[in-house]
Amino acid sequence: MTAQPATREETKLASMERARRRNLIIQYILMVLLAGFFLFPLVFMFVAALKDDASVLSDSGGVTAFIPDPWVGFDNFASAAERASLWRVFFNSVIISSFIVGLGLVVNSVFGYALARLRFRGRNVLIAMVIALIIIPFEALAVPLLYITAELGWLDTYHVQILPFVANALFIYLFYTFFLNVPVSLEEAARVDGAGPVRTFVSVVAPLARPAYATMAILGFLFSWGQFLWPVLVTRGVDVRPLPLGIGVFKTTPPVQWGDIMAYAALMTLPVLIIFLIFQRYFIQGVASSGVKG
Amino acid sequence: MTAVPTAGEKTPRKRAASGARKSESRVAWAFSAPALILLLAFTVLPFALAFFLSFTNQRLISPLPTRFVGIDNYIDTLGSATFWKAFFNNVWFVVVVVPVQTAFALWLAILVNRKIPGRVFFRTVFFLPVVTVMAAAAVIWSLLFNANGLVNAIMETVTFGAFSPDWLNSTTWALPAMMIVGIWQGVGFQMVILLAALQDVPEVLYEAASIDGASRWEQFLNVTLPGIRNGLIFVITVTTILAFRLFDQVWIMPRVPGGPLDSTRTMMLELVETGFGAQAIGRGAAIAVIFFVIVLVLTLVQRRFVREEGEVT
Repeated sequence: MTAQPATREETKLASMERARRRNLIIQYILMVLLAGFFLFPLVFMFVAALKDDASVLSDSGGVTAFIPDPWVGFDNFASAAERASLWRVFFNSVIISSFIVGLGLVVNSVFGYALARLRFRGRNVLIAMVIALIIIPFEALAVPLLYITAELGWLDTYHVQILPFVANALFIYLFYTFFLNVPVSLEEAARVDGAGPVRTFVSVVAPLARPAYATMAILGFLFSWGQFLWPVLVTRGVDVRPLPLGIGVFKTTPPVQWGDIMAYAALMTLPVLIIFLIFQRYFIQGVASSGVKG
Repeated sequence: MTAVPTAGEKTPRKRAASGARKSESRVAWAFSAPALILLLAFTVLPFALAFFLSFTNQRLISPLPTRFVGIDNYIDTLGSATFWKAFFNNVWFVVVVVPVQTAFALWLAILVNRKIPGRVFFRTVFFLPVVTVMAAAAVIWSLLFNANGLVNAIMETVTFGAFSPDWLNSTTWALPAMMIVGIWQGVGFQMVILLAALQDVPEVLYEAASIDGASRWEQFLNVTLPGIRNGLIFVITVTTILAFRLFDQVWIMPRVPGGPLDSTRTMMLELVETGFGAQAIGRGAAIAVIFFVIVLVLTLVQRRFVREEGEVT
């Protein structure tokens, strides 16, 4: 083959193509390094959870931190379960989060629907109230709420950890905006067929809102599973405490067994991680939609 | 509108319509009631009570009657050195974390916004710490930050041994360590919000700019930044508010909450130690009110800067 003399145009294109390639390679290298930054603490945790206690600390300064040797299998989980009642607090967390999410989906969505679609006196006042309440952070309510719940004798119960978080102004608002965007024609069709508002909601609107429910379930789960400040205030014993608080046990009772702590942290992280990887799309959408109101 | 019919003139049809109206309004209240009652009981009532209690000497469990003390709680709080220590720790946290985290999040969003293979994978990885419970992240990082831990191993390599502080036992470096944990855990959240904002910037604007001969950097300054303005303001506000809510790390990571020597004490720790530790509900409520005022001011500032959709600049 004889080489064609390249025109100036062609060399320019070729050099642009080379520059594009180079940029892409640089971008991938950067992204791999960043992925390392975000992943290494989690990998470290899972490895340490399966490793002998003493080596967790002594290996923590080098590459050996990422090698599960000496391997102890699930011994750390067993000993964490014994020292910090791991299974008990895990169960508590599941109960508390399920109730917050489950009840929350029902009450927030029907309120959002009423505000978006049903005609009744006082609706506009309620909409304004919900929007105003979004900006009140829970931390500003924690002290008076502690006082109220203590007076009611609710300390150290499940419901003191559940009821304050069921109704959520932000979720009501997000449901409200979602329902506003559902085409009215579908509901009108159902009405013409003689369905009342309740039937219309249950059989026509709610099924359409499945993505909104998924988003709210995931956001609600994410918030409730990680709760820390409120349980510190209202729980004392291990009986009703959620997972994140149990971590304190390891610090107050020496010796510090890092293998146990990491096993504990791993069990706290794993459920959310699994749910996240399955419903990734909804997580990302949920977070993006929580920013829309800005 | 039609004239109001007198009772006698009501046709059966109209009566049916007004009956439907009434039943619709009944359903509406039934739908609203559960959430409304919960909001009133657990948000509106405690919110009002916070103001009320902040003017009393109320204690958590006490046989003594509640007494009005005027603005004593506010005077005590604003005159307390530890409160200001906590406040300025929060401010220091904001000053460092807000610009760094926002810029970092924007950079990540731009990286995963390019239509290249594997971008969903990287987006997922960058977002993973967000779903990690803060309490877990805090213990993992407290091990990574120990004097002979992984962070220092990296620091010593990078700086040839010049920089390897005992992070969590140093009054200078304990708070920066928590800033790193906060950024590691939170930046993915901001990335996703900014990513959504980036994707809303119309492609034609970039095309027009590149026809006008604008460089990549000029496009970033003149098309991207104005285009994601509202998203950026939202991210900055939320990050600032979150920084004032800083609690989990300062409770878990140091040997003593807020330590060493109050160098990681925050307003939320002050609130918990006053309202719960010392059981001084009145003073705790005063801190809560001050905290709320800060959040309110930040939100109002945000509203002021956000431009309405379609408003001419």
